[in-house]
Amino acid sequence: MNRHLLSSADLTRDDVRTLLATASEMHEVQHRDVKKLPTLRGRTVINLFFEDSTRTRSSFEIAGKWMSADTINITGKGSSASKGESLRDTVRTIDAMSVDAIVIRHMASGAAHQVSQWVDASVINAGDGTHEHPTQALLDAYTIEQRFGDLDGARVAIVGDLTHSRVFRSNAITLRTLGAHVTLVAPPTLMPSGIGAWAAADGFELTDDLDAVLASGPDAVMMLRVQRERMSGGFFPTAREYTVGFGLTRERLRALTDANPEAVICHPGPMNRGLEISADAADAAQSLVLDQVSAGVAVRMSVLYHLLAGEGVAA
Amino acid sequence: MSTLILTGPTWYDENGTATTGDVLLRDGAVAEVGSIDAPTDAERIDADGLTLLPGFVDLHTHLREPGREDAETIETGSRAAALGGYTAVCPMPNTDPVADNAGVVEMVAARGREVGLVEVFPVGAVTLGQRGSELAELGAMARSAARVDCFSDDGRPIREARLLRLALEYARAFDAVIADHAEDASLTDGAQMHEGEVSAMLGLAGWPAAAEEMVVARDLLLAELTGGRLHLCHVSTAGAVELVRAARARGVRVTAEAAPHHFTLTDEAARSYDPVFKVNPPLREKGDVEAVRLGLAEGTLDAIATDHAPHAREDKEVEWATAPPGMLGLETALAVTFTELVEPGYLDLLTAVERLTVGPARCRRLSGHGGPVAPGAPANLAVFDPAAVWTVDRARLASRARNTPFHGRQLRGRVVHTLLRGVFTVCDGQATR
Repeated sequence: MNRHLLSSADLTRDDVRTLLATASEMHEVQHRDVKKLPTLRGRTVINLFFEDSTRTRSSFEIAGKWMSADTINITGKGSSASKGESLRDTVRTIDAMSVDAIVIRHMASGAAHQVSQWVDASVINAGDGTHEHPTQALLDAYTIEQRFGDLDGARVAIVGDLTHSRVFRSNAITLRTLGAHVTLVAPPTLMPSGIGAWAAADGFELTDDLDAVLASGPDAVMMLRVQRERMSGGFFPTAREYTVGFGLTRERLRALTDANPEAVICHPGPMNRGLEISADAADAAQSLVLDQVSAGVAVRMSVLYHLLAGEGVAA
Repeated sequence: MSTLILTGPTWYDENGTATTGDVLLRDGAVAEVGSIDAPTDAERIDADGLTLLPGFVDLHTHLREPGREDAETIETGSRAAALGGYTAVCPMPNTDPVADNAGVVEMVAARGREVGLVEVFPVGAVTLGQRGSELAELGAMARSAARVDCFSDDGRPIREARLLRLALEYARAFDAVIADHAEDASLTDGAQMHEGEVSAMLGLAGWPAAAEEMVVARDLLLAELTGGRLHLCHVSTAGAVELVRAARARGVRVTAEAAPHHFTLTDEAARSYDPVFKVNPPLREKGDVEAVRLGLAEGTLDAIATDHAPHAREDKEVEWATAPPGMLGLETALAVTFTELVEPGYLDLLTAVERLTVGPARCRRLSGHGGPVAPGAPANLAVFDPAAVWTVDRARLASRARNTPFHGRQLRGRVVHTLLRGVFTVCDGQATR
C-alpha cells in the first residue's frame, strides 16, 4: 500500500480508474447546498506551498475542507524557510505535530520524493520544480473523459514549453497509462533533450509542426503556459515568434474545429491570453479550462480520500 | 631504526611477476624481498594470503582545510586516505583561502607532515582566487617548500583559452602540469545532472557530454600548440576518452584520470533524487561508463583519482537543486576498483594497481611513491586482502563527511595495513592515530 502520491508513474491503470471513479462521486458534492462529507473528520492536512499558486492551493484546501479535514496552509514565505531553515527541518517540524498528510509544492524537482523520506505523514506532490504534478494530470484526464468519453485510443496533443513543464511530464505518463496516443509539440529549444528514448518506449510522437498536428484532428489539445522569462535571450527570440509558431490562435482554432468539431481544448492555467492561447480559444465552447478547475477539487478530494481513508494507492 | 618483516604476502616486481615470500623493511625502505636473512629482533607481521602493493597515489582529492573544516580536515582526510591504502594525496586548491600562493600551499603540506598519515602534495591554483582572469604565482609555489608541480583551478573550468595557453606555456619553466576541469560553463549553467533520457524524465536540467568534450578538445589543441603538459581531471564521457586517445597518438603531452564513481555509477542513480549522487562532472550513461573502463584498461586514462569531495551533512540533506556536487572516495577506491574492474575482468589486478600507483605518480613528480616494491624503494606500501568482503557504512568512515555513494554496497577487497616510509599508518584495518 502506497501512502504517497509523488509521481504519476506510481499509478497503475486500475489506480487511475479508481481515483477518477471516486472523483466522479465527489464531484456531486459541489452541487449541494451544504458541501460537506464527514470522511476525513479529525484528519489534519497541511498545504505546504513554497511557490505561488491560486488554483492548486485553494483546490486542495477546499477539497480538504469539504471532506471535513482540518486543513492549514503554510506558504514558503511565511515559514521559517525565510529564516534559513532547511526544507528537511521544516517538514520534520510539521510532521512532529502528527499531521496526516503534507501536500507540498516546491521549486526543486524531486522535493516531494525527498520529503517522503523525511516524514511519517502521507506526502502528496502538488508540483515539484519542473518534474511532475500528478493531481493535475488526473484532473486533466477526468475533465477530458467527462466531455469526451474513454481516453483509451484517444489522440491527445500537448503543446508548449515541455522542457520546463511538470504538467507535461505527469500528463504524458497518465495519458499513456489510460491508453491514449500522445503527440508532443514544442519548438526544438523547448523539447527536452534526451526525450527520444522515453518517446520511443512509450510511443509518443514528437514534432515542432503544430499546424500538421491540428490538421490531423486530435481529440484533445492541451496548451501549456509559456513563461515570458523564457523569451528575451532565453529559449525563444520573441513572444511574437512563439505565438506565430506555437500559439493556439484564432486561425488555428478554426483549423482544429474544421478537422475535428468534437476536439476539446485544455490549459492547466494560469493562461497568458494572447501568447500561447488566444482569447477566442480560451473562451471557446470546446474549451475545458473552467471544467478543469472544477474537476480539480473533486480529483483532490478523491486523492485525499484514497490516501487517508481508503486503501491507499497501490504502486 | 626499526626493522620489520612482512611474512608471506604476494607482490609484483617491475616486470609484473608475482612472488610470494617475505619482505624486510628497514629504515623506512624495502630492504630485501623473497627469502630473506631475518634478523632476530625484527618485528614480524603475518601477511599470509595478502597482497603487498605500493601505497596508492590520489592525484585529485579535496581536503577542505583551510576553510571548510566542518566537512573535512587535513587530518581526517589523511586518515581516510591511509585507510584506503593511500600514501600520497594531492589536495586541490579550492579551499578558503584559495591555495594560490606559497603561503597556503606550504601550510597545507606542513600540516600534512605534522599529521603524518599520508604524504600531502598540494595542487596550486592556476589563477588568482581561481577567478580565471590572472595567473597566480606559479613560480613561487613551485619554488616553495611545498614544491608544487601541478596546478589546477579545479572545481571551476578555465574559461578563457588565452589563459590556459599562458598557463601551459609558463608552467614549462618549472616542468609543471596544468590540470583542467573540462566544462563549458555556458552549456552547463543551472545544470543538475547529465543531460539524457533520465534528466528528461526527472525534470532536472542537464549537462550534455558535449560540454565536457568541447573543452577537452580545446585543451588538447592548446597542449599541442604550446608543448606544455596537460592533465585532464575526472574524464567521464566516451567522447572525451576518444579525444584523449587520438591526441596521445599524435604525441600530445596529456595525462588523464577517471574517478571510481564514473566507472561504476550511471545517471540512473539520480532517480532517487538523493543528492549523494550529485557530482561534477555528473554520473553519465552506461556507454560512458563502459568507455571509461576501457580507457583505464588500455591506458588512455593513466590514473584512477578519487575526486574525494567531502560535504557537511547539512549541505547534502537538502533538495537536489540546492546541494553542492561531490562524493567521498578515498576509503572505497581500492575496493570499488577491485569489485567493478578487476573481478569482472576489465583490468587485471596488476593494471588496476598501476592506475592507482605508478600511473598517477608519473602524472606529477611524486618521488618515493608509486612503487615498485623492490629493494631500495621507500616503504610506502599497502597490504590488501583480496578475499575480504565488506559493506560500506557511511557512519563508520574516517572522513568527517558521510556523502559516499557506495553506502550499503557490498565490496570485495580491503586494505589491512598501510605503511608510510616504513611506519604503520593503518594496522589491521585501524588507523594508528
